[in-house]
Amino acid sequence: MSSLVEIRDLRVDFPTPSGFNAAVRGISFGMGREKLGIVGESGSGKSVTGRALMRLLPSAARVRAQALRFDGVDVLAASERQMRGLRGGRIGLIMQDPKYSLNPVMTVGRQIAEAWLAHNKGGQREAREAALTLLEQVKIRDPRRVLDSYPHEISGGMGQRVMIAMMLAPNPDLLIADEPTSALDASVQAEILKLIEDLVSARGMGLMLISHDLPLVSRFCDRVVVMYSGQVMEELPARDLHRAQHAYTRGLLDCMPSLSVRRDRLPTLTRDPAWLEPR
Amino acid sequence: MIEVENLNVHFGANHVVHDVSFRVAAGETFGLVGESGSGKSTVLRTIAGLNAGWDGGMAVAGTPLGQKRDRAFFKRVQMVFQDPYGSLHPRQTVDRILSEPLEVHGIPDAEARITRALEEVALPRTARFRYPHQLSGGQRQRVAIARALIADPSVLLLDEPTSALDVSVQAEVLNLLADLRQARQLTCILVSHNLAVIAHLCERLAVMQGGRIVEVLTEGQLRAGEAVHPHTRDLIALSHALEG
Repeated sequence: MSSLVEIRDLRVDFPTPSGFNAAVRGISFGMGREKLGIVGESGSGKSVTGRALMRLLPSAARVRAQALRFDGVDVLAASERQMRGLRGGRIGLIMQDPKYSLNPVMTVGRQIAEAWLAHNKGGQREAREAALTLLEQVKIRDPRRVLDSYPHEISGGMGQRVMIAMMLAPNPDLLIADEPTSALDASVQAEILKLIEDLVSARGMGLMLISHDLPLVSRFCDRVVVMYSGQVMEELPARDLHRAQHAYTRGLLDCMPSLSVRRDRLPTLTRDPAWLEPR
Repeated sequence: MIEVENLNVHFGANHVVHDVSFRVAAGETFGLVGESGSGKSTVLRTIAGLNAGWDGGMAVAGTPLGQKRDRAFFKRVQMVFQDPYGSLHPRQTVDRILSEPLEVHGIPDAEARITRALEEVALPRTARFRYPHQLSGGQRQRVAIARALIADPSVLLLDEPTSALDVSVQAEVLNLLADLRQARQLTCILVSHNLAVIAHLCERLAVMQGGRIVEVLTEGQLRAGEAVHPHTRDLIALSHALEG
């Protein structure tokens, strides 16, 4: 599989009053045009990894790596101009809550058109047509009405579809979805993930799905990387999740309440200090 | 302990809760489950006195509830919200947050009570003089639970208490709630969109859709797949699918 993303020994530190604080501590993985899940608790460094690939971290953050490449482009050495072509162009980012990532005072249609115009040549009319087509692709039932709606006039699930439409506008090679459904209902969650899955397969894109929800990720991805405290604990094919070896992965799976099995107490995660040691 | 009889709630011209009735026995935990917009949180907030514009009958411990709640009500009934970020005062220390209910209800012996409350929710002593932003999400939710319990209520209203937490922290908070409920003989109403969480804590539950209760089940019936209403069956199928 041709390598779309290559990450080797990525380290990210954030400055604090008492020195640098390591958020990502030497992680390595590669991905092609496949569906890769990155799973971990809050603070495990999974989002920071996605942001580092788009060079979206605050300038105070210290980012180092032996290699941090997207389709051969060295992200650490690329010019700002090159990065603008990647961000929102060849790499799309879908964030958790459409309420905060959409502009509240601009209609949905204009926002999608703006994204399209930033990466395509054409006029306003073409951009609007493109926006309409994109809304149809993300299966919005009444695209003409939604085109002229403001974000507060549409539901959360629809808002996330609009975000996806916007990210698809420049025809990206990689979609990074950072907790794309955590703010949504279970039924809407399944619909949105199915939509992302279909679009990714149909367009032959790569998908990096960042989430804290292990079972959910394993259902929609080919491969899962499990992170804890800035390091990769385990990497495994999604279908083998139930055969996970690492105590952390097992712990995360075990501590979820289940509808099928009754348990009086939930097992809690015992954090082994050995997980923190550099790997 | 809690009786709700033909409750209707209106937000302006919108009729959001339709003829909802249920009873919760003393010491029981009752679940309200449904998708967003189904009215489950609205029912809970109306019981807590956070919504005006309702009609029907509600009673807690045999006392009918009017439009205005008295101090005795708030001593008896406390609430824990979804997002501990939003429900704790950002410029108050944990100590100040926990003192407030004691002052409001004129409860003496604040020092001993605060120490005990922190122990009860397994927070370290050092957390007492911290601000909410200095605590983790799970610790903040423990503070919110400690605040709800410090005035010795008999009823706890829980609105998605673990939805904002990591699964590992969710397990700890769910265990904590189960222990406290046992130790204090609390009557609880738990609102959640997560059927597995509801099944874990509740003896009985009501499924809501479009502002109405469509089905009431016991935990056993829920797990055994004895639900009859199509919406409940959909939610159960989805929950199994996402469990993987």
